[in-house]
Amino acid sequence: MNTAPEARDLNLCLCHSCGNACDMTDHPHECERCGAPLHARKANSLTRTWAYLLASMVFYIPANLLPVMNTSMLGSDSESTIIGGVLEFWEHGAWDIALIIFIASIAVPGIKFVALSLLLITVQRGSLWARKERSKLYRFVELIGYWSMLDVIVVALVAALVKFQALGDIEPRQGILFFGLVVVFTMLSAMSFDPRLIWENRKSEEVMDGVASR
Amino acid sequence: MESQAAEGQPVPGHASIKTRRWSISLVWIVPIVAVLVGVSLVVHNILQQGPTIILNFKTGEGLIANKTEVKYRNVVIGHVSDVELSDDQKSVNATVKLVKQAESFTREDSKFWVVRPRIGAGGVSGFDTLLSGAFVGADAGRADARAKTFIGLEAPLPLTFGEPGKHFMLHTQDLGSLEIGSPVYFRKIPVGQVVAYTLDSEGKGVDIQVFVKAPNDVHVTENTRFWNVSGIAIDVGANGFAFKTESLSALLVGGITFRAPDYSPNDQPAAENRSFELFDNQQTALAPPNGKAQFLSLRFNQALRGLKVDAPVEFQGLDIGKVVAINLDYDEKAHSFPINVGIVIYPQRLGQAHIKMLKALNYNPDDEQAVNRLMGSFVENGLRAQARSGNLLTGQLYIALDFFPKAEKVAFDPNARPMRIPTVPASLEQLQEQFQAVIEKINKLPIERIANNLDDNLTELRKSLKQVNSTTLPSVQNTLQEMSKTLQSASSTLAEGSPQREQLSGTLDELGRASRSLRELSDYLTRHPESLVRGRPKGAPAQDLQPSSSH
Repeated sequence: MNTAPEARDLNLCLCHSCGNACDMTDHPHECERCGAPLHARKANSLTRTWAYLLASMVFYIPANLLPVMNTSMLGSDSESTIIGGVLEFWEHGAWDIALIIFIASIAVPGIKFVALSLLLITVQRGSLWARKERSKLYRFVELIGYWSMLDVIVVALVAALVKFQALGDIEPRQGILFFGLVVVFTMLSAMSFDPRLIWENRKSEEVMDGVASR
Repeated sequence: MESQAAEGQPVPGHASIKTRRWSISLVWIVPIVAVLVGVSLVVHNILQQGPTIILNFKTGEGLIANKTEVKYRNVVIGHVSDVELSDDQKSVNATVKLVKQAESFTREDSKFWVVRPRIGAGGVSGFDTLLSGAFVGADAGRADARAKTFIGLEAPLPLTFGEPGKHFMLHTQDLGSLEIGSPVYFRKIPVGQVVAYTLDSEGKGVDIQVFVKAPNDVHVTENTRFWNVSGIAIDVGANGFAFKTESLSALLVGGITFRAPDYSPNDQPAAENRSFELFDNQQTALAPPNGKAQFLSLRFNQALRGLKVDAPVEFQGLDIGKVVAINLDYDEKAHSFPINVGIVIYPQRLGQAHIKMLKALNYNPDDEQAVNRLMGSFVENGLRAQARSGNLLTGQLYIALDFFPKAEKVAFDPNARPMRIPTVPASLEQLQEQFQAVIEKINKLPIERIANNLDDNLTELRKSLKQVNSTTLPSVQNTLQEMSKTLQSASSTLAEGSPQREQLSGTLDELGRASRSLRELSDYLTRHPESLVRGRPKGAPAQDLQPSSSH
């Protein structure tokens, strides 16, 4: 399907670091210009992506079940989970804030899980289906990855700012740690994924395995 | 790239691949660790999961599912996970998830109650719940049996189980303003509290259970007296007003204080659950013990306005008892309404006098006959009861027992029960009677008749005056006119130049001459008295006839 020749076919390898197209005829291990290790594909991409994705999925459970912060206002303690906070805002009529929190904290990681899983499975099966769209999807996942830390930042800010002793005090709770881990691992997962694998043909499966075996 | 090389050299490449496969899978440590962390969380949670119990409250006020906490000594030991109506819809069932360590709170006799802000014993409590909402207070029991459902208490339990100290029973007439949790003070330091109260079996008093915490419980001794310090004590004395209150909280919620009398030798710490009497105030509490009560009956033939039950009975000014009953009676013979007053006196309050009396008269206070005889002899000597005014302003009366040697002899009935002490009218009463008598005398005067007579007299007088006016006065006027006429004529008669006046002056001249010649004659006669007999001598000069003054 892909008519353009691959770098491998021309015995070239693009340096990840400086973008220099290196000649692979004598199997150099490093970029001749910047000295970065040379890989035709991201090393061990699928395995790492899977591993990070699974780890983040595991952490996603406590991140949502455990409270993310403890608000004590005038002596009244309340621990809120992410979804609890969303519901609270929703019930109080602040549907916009609720929506923002919901998208940033629940929907985005969920979308990432689904998108990355989809990409991984299709790549592993060497599917040729909607490769362009999948590429776009990957870029979208990378893009929204930056914003997933919104919740963590909010909690960190609020916990640092609201320190009025008895009047009001906000403390982070375990949940936010797991949430942060979820975000970190989904980002790692997205980083580990090599979008070029999308474009590899069925025949290059062995090559992929070879990459994985590296 | 290297895989291509591996393809070229199959055998060694394989070996290297194998080893690498193991190292490659290191990345899987990440999800494995994640799973382990997750599993550990779950396990931890399961291990932390304590028992679930159901509390039954009358109202769900302040109970919020997943928010309301269960606290013991202000430490969270669980939280309410669900609040719903009971099946009969008469109460509220709160499901509580306790933490693992709070397992002992499922003991059958554990207590649970909702802590809401309240002004209660020991001040304002649960103030933080004003803002944070209510929480469920808990206290673990000691029973071995476990339970799943508990009845929630309406009021907080004042004490925690196993607190070192002692319980004591206090008996009193009424609860006053005490309530569960009211503090117990010792020298104004709170050392305990009221933990329970019940009516006694006959319903004639209240049993109050107090708890005094260790180590202060040793100060409760056998001789200790307890008294109520609720509210303010206002002392009106010779030194003016004195307000006394134990503490602000005692003012609000009442309180009890205790102390042993200053002189209490061989005092032992009281045993657990010993009974004491709770007195109304310090004065009565620290007063010498009353001893045996003696009931007496008095019969007054006068109105006793101002005499009340509990009014003091004094003997020689000493408070020895009180009035316990005031009843109106009807006397058939006299057709009068005497008043029966029942009093109780405590002979032991006489102190030294009582002891000496016992010795001197050698009688046993438990022997009723002897007491009767003694009373009889006292009455014989003039012991009388009298209702006296204790306060002129309010007219409060008290009963005074005193000796009135001049009192009329009254027969003492030694068999009457209770003994009857004859009475004498009050001093103020006597004064009143005399005053009454005077008023009556004044009343009896025939004022009407006097007034009538006076009226008649006045009428007569008016009549006479009228007569005087109409008849006498005109005639008087006439008389006066005539008189003035007479005077006028008299004056005209005596006017200058009138013939009468001429005559009168002539007559007067004549009279003057006559008197002169009469004097000459008398002079002559003085010098020549013989001439009266012989007549005038011839030779006598004529001047001899002149009055002597002319010589």
